[in-house]
Amino acid sequence: MSDHDYRPKSKVGQWFNDRLPLLTLANHLTDYPTPKNLNYWWTFGGILTFCLITQIVTGLTLAMHYIAHADMAFESVEHIMRDVNYGWLIRYIHANGASMFFLAVYIHIFRSLFYGSYKSPREIIWILGIIIYLLMMAAAFMGYVLPWGQMSFWGATVITNLFSAIPLVGEGIVTWLWGGYSVDNPTLTRFFTLHYLIPFLILGLVVLHIWALHVPGNNNPVGIDIKKPSKDTVPFHPYIVIKDGFALLMFMIVFAFFVFYAPNILGHADNYIEANPMVTPAHIVPEWYLLPFYAILRSVPDKLLGVVAMLSAILILAVLPWLDTSKIRSAVFRPLYKQFYWILVADVLILGYVGAMPAEGLYLLIARVATAYYFLHFLVILPVLGFKEKTLPVPLSITEPVLGGSPNLAAARNKESKIE
Amino acid sequence: MKNLFKLFSIIIIIIASNSYSFAAEKVKYLKTDWSFKGLFGKFDRASLQRGYQVYTEVCASCHSMKYLSYRNLSEPGGPEFSEAQAKAIAASFEVTDGPNSDGEMFTRPGKLSDKFVMPYDNVKAAQAANGGAYPPDMSVLVKARGGGVDYIYSLLQGYEEAPSNISLDDGVYYNKYMYGNKIRMAAPLLDGLVEYGDGTNATVEQMSKDVTTFLMWSAEPHLESRHQMGFKAIVYLIILTILVYFSMKKIWSRVESEV
Repeated sequence: MSDHDYRPKSKVGQWFNDRLPLLTLANHLTDYPTPKNLNYWWTFGGILTFCLITQIVTGLTLAMHYIAHADMAFESVEHIMRDVNYGWLIRYIHANGASMFFLAVYIHIFRSLFYGSYKSPREIIWILGIIIYLLMMAAAFMGYVLPWGQMSFWGATVITNLFSAIPLVGEGIVTWLWGGYSVDNPTLTRFFTLHYLIPFLILGLVVLHIWALHVPGNNNPVGIDIKKPSKDTVPFHPYIVIKDGFALLMFMIVFAFFVFYAPNILGHADNYIEANPMVTPAHIVPEWYLLPFYAILRSVPDKLLGVVAMLSAILILAVLPWLDTSKIRSAVFRPLYKQFYWILVADVLILGYVGAMPAEGLYLLIARVATAYYFLHFLVILPVLGFKEKTLPVPLSITEPVLGGSPNLAAARNKESKIE
Repeated sequence: MKNLFKLFSIIIIIIASNSYSFAAEKVKYLKTDWSFKGLFGKFDRASLQRGYQVYTEVCASCHSMKYLSYRNLSEPGGPEFSEAQAKAIAASFEVTDGPNSDGEMFTRPGKLSDKFVMPYDNVKAAQAANGGAYPPDMSVLVKARGGGVDYIYSLLQGYEEAPSNISLDDGVYYNKYMYGNKIRMAAPLLDGLVEYGDGTNATVEQMSKDVTTFLMWSAEPHLESRHQMGFKAIVYLIILTILVYFSMKKIWSRVESEV
């Protein structure tokens, strides 16, 4: 890459850049060679950055008007909705922004699963991504508690109670988390503090995520290593900037539809009832983006094992690069994996659906089967598939996708070096 | 572009499957034409004013509306009473204020800046007066119920003789739209219960519609500006998206690759 050779044209620029190479960084970001065959699934990285910034900006504004107190939180949210100038707009963007954020992150994660973006040499990018995802869930959960509605209160009670499943110290940990003997004002104030902190941790991790990405460069739909820069790549600016911008605008149309025309459709009606410790809602359900994990939690009859299963369902993703034994990245050249991939997508959607239903009868049975399959996919199918699957010939480069195809990457690389 | 369509159809499927899972408890509610639904939905001013009349003459004796102020009644996008009318409405209520310089609480006529006067001093007093059931605050009631306006509209008209297999305690009534069918509130509306100033016939159906419209406004006082801004925002985004699409095509025509 040309990074280190870069010299600003102006004298002042050179003087500054010798002391703090920000201009070198800007030049690197502009020139960053990107595979030219990236499809629209790759635009969600940029969309997610937009989501994070939107959440931080709207969140800061809301924090100026919100009061983190058990007796005043609900009222202060109504104050924002009624009397703060455009408060309704800011709050609806923030509340729906969380859903949009998760929608985008799920597409981003499943894109990575389809094209094998988590595989060597991109394991660190992937693990950083999983940590970001975990922090997002923590931030979203705590954010949902802040309006202090019925679902806020009871959601917080259910989720914090999970820690009581830990042997010996469980009860102590729950009391410590609550700052008392039930979910109450101390819980609310600490959740507010953490909800404010976590987005900045995410921001820091996003910088690392992008930094780690810029070392090997982007994966691509063909999933092969490419020479950079070459005729297989285009500079990030203007090609990827405009393409990401276009996709972002499409995304914003969907976003705007929710904010302006269906702002409460993704939330639960009970959260417009002020928290009442004496009245338990008929069904306690988390926000839609946590439903698959909620289904896994409830599908295990034992409390501790349920918590373990739920956490494993997320943490198993962190070791995915070592569970998937196939050397071929892209599902395009893996006919069997492609089918299992879509089964997994369906499995997660089913888990999400049963997560919203009462945990009884047929729903519980479906949840159990789907949970078992989820783990089966990662622990059995993926490792075995790498050895058993007959993959299709992989092209040598993006520009010559079919010529001299070879069944595996090593052979393809060999051939490539011979051609040179 | 093919991929783009795939992507959008998947987004829509995900959204549809999720909203479906939330609409799980399906009850057939009564339907009516709500003027505030749709892309350009606006409140029917006259209906809002009548709805306020129903609220204040019927509901307000038990149900509070603690997040609303009298000034809201004259604000744009609401019932839009004139300021003089709103002042007169406020002044018709006794508000406890103070303490004064002698340390005494006193009552005075309401002002525009006052919140709606509550029917009971506290929850316990409300429960004591209603056989143990707390009449919920109505400020955001429409948003706090799964079926929204359709649910409230239906509930008000859903009182029936209880089927013979259901026994009701004293002070409990049968309502076919209520969760569990048992409700502590007696049928609040009767034909001709209020006398509308504009001569509209005050049927139960009409009053239900008016008061539900009023409750929708009280829950979403900025609904009209939200719809107006939303339309402008989405039109703007669509135009910008089209422009960016053609710029993108032009820029990418320099390389042999499809976008």
